Amino acid sequence: MRAPEEIVELLKREFGEVIRGAKMDSAHPWVLVAADKWHEIARFLRDDARLHCNLLRCVSGVDRLADNEIEVVYDLLSVRPCTEPAEPWVGGNAIAIKVRVPRDGGHVPTVSDVWPAAEWHEREAYDLFGVTFDNHPDMRRILCPDDWVGHPLRKDYEFPLEYHGIPASTEFGLKSPVH
Amino acid sequence: MVETMVTSQPDVLVDWSREEAPADMRTEEMLINMGPQHPSTHGVLRVVLRTDGELVLEAVPHIGYLHRCAEKIGENLQPYQFIPKTDRMDYLAAMNNNHVFSLAVEKLAGLQAPERASYIRIIMAELNRIASHLVAFGTFGLDMGAFTAVLYAFREREYILDLFEAACGARLTYSYITIGGVTHDLPERFIEKLAEFLDYFEPKIDEYNNLISYNHIIVKRTANLGVITPEDAIGWGLTGPCLRACGIKWDLRKCVPYDLYDRFEFDIPIGVEGGSAGIPHGVVPGDCWSRYWIRMEEMKQSVRILRQCIAQFPKEGQHMAKVPKNLKLPADEVYFEGENPRGQLGFLVVGDGSAIPYRVKARGPCFCNLSITTHVCRNVLIADVPAIVGSIDIVLGEVDR
Repeated sequence: MRAPEEIVELLKREFGEVIRGAKMDSAHPWVLVAADKWHEIARFLRDDARLHCNLLRCVSGVDRLADNEIEVVYDLLSVRPCTEPAEPWVGGNAIAIKVRVPRDGGHVPTVSDVWPAAEWHEREAYDLFGVTFDNHPDMRRILCPDDWVGHPLRKDYEFPLEYHGIPASTEFGLKSPVH
Repeated sequence: MVETMVTSQPDVLVDWSREEAPADMRTEEMLINMGPQHPSTHGVLRVVLRTDGELVLEAVPHIGYLHRCAEKIGENLQPYQFIPKTDRMDYLAAMNNNHVFSLAVEKLAGLQAPERASYIRIIMAELNRIASHLVAFGTFGLDMGAFTAVLYAFREREYILDLFEAACGARLTYSYITIGGVTHDLPERFIEKLAEFLDYFEPKIDEYNNLISYNHIIVKRTANLGVITPEDAIGWGLTGPCLRACGIKWDLRKCVPYDLYDRFEFDIPIGVEGGSAGIPHGVVPGDCWSRYWIRMEEMKQSVRILRQCIAQFPKEGQHMAKVPKNLKLPADEVYFEGENPRGQLGFLVVGDGSAIPYRVKARGPCFCNLSITTHVCRNVLIADVPAIVGSIDIVLGEVDR
């Protein structure tokens, strides 16, 4: 099991400038990488014997409205058998990789060929945040209907007041929900 | 009565190579729409099947019919207000959802639940695991055309729901486990009632096995069907019983222990080759029968954990830590995963210094487990699709969130 700092060192040695930043003193240590090299880095993360990040746990979008960027967070983990066959498998090498793209027309290369799990996760990020994943085998909406307008998890999303003739105003007649 | 129902274990299964179906079964292709209103799709899952006679060439799941924007709501509420929304994700394991979300927020905010509260949480989580696996077992029987199982399963689940009702008043959406502990202390005599339930419940698992698990028809319909290799399982992000059925000994409670799970002794059941140790002939790791079997074995392990909980349960103590009323989340983020009955439930919580999180993302295990459907449902019979989807054991509330 490698500490997140070691993983960052490995990535920096391998890819240099492409590693844009990292935050290690967080409850969720992350590395920011350049979007255009992400596919290459993903392959390295999975195939390099020292890292072996074979389990893609989660892909989350975060709308960084203040920076006018969408952040895509990939949570990775390495899972391998214990040397003692009867023992539980060993986990480790937990790291989050972040990719940031502009809010308008942001493109991220898909990693669904590296981790098939990414296929649905990326469709979800496309559906709810409007990030396009290049070379994705099936880039469609997944949770919202195909004819839905907008991407609901964006911070500036405006709630529709009508959908196929169904009124969708809030209970107080306001234009956005109140909490 | 039970003894007479024990079927001899099948010694020879028809060696039906599902890759090559007999030529006379091939006709012309047809699209069949299964769901969203269909009893064997476990809620509102719609699967479009491209069929050739009885043979399914491709199955494409369509989800989203139960999408309720839980994550958007999470960005507008304080974490303790979001707890009831987590109930409604995997509504068959609401306690586990509450537990994982509370732990995620506590990790972010630097809180620690008191020891007694942690024991109560684990009791609830394990009870809910049993209740959830009972529903999985019962509905899997329904999918296979065996109606009896669900009646037995719900009979026992009722006891667990009564225990939950005694603890928090609710029977499905509990919101009992919350940030910093649990909302109420356990009622009087709860621990005794729990011990009574365990004594009652443990022998029932063997009864289920005699009734359903070793049933000749069930084994014939599920063994060596929908086989997932360990590599595929990890690649597709499968977790929980679906992953362990492939022979991978991976359980967060043991491998990355959280809360107090390192204080308990239990085994991780995994899928094994049939023919020995009570596993029928013809079963291979990663097939539908193995996925089903893991849940039966896990119920036994949960009973083990619960018995240790009873023995270790602290007599005195707080059920709730001191949590500020307007709990401010630091400008940091956390990703926390816990072992739910269906797999690893994860929450990414991003704070921005205010009391309301900037982003809440839920990684539902069912969402990832279901994504392998297309890969598995190739060249199977139409009647096999409910068996495969049923063995993956999805709850659409969590797939769609």
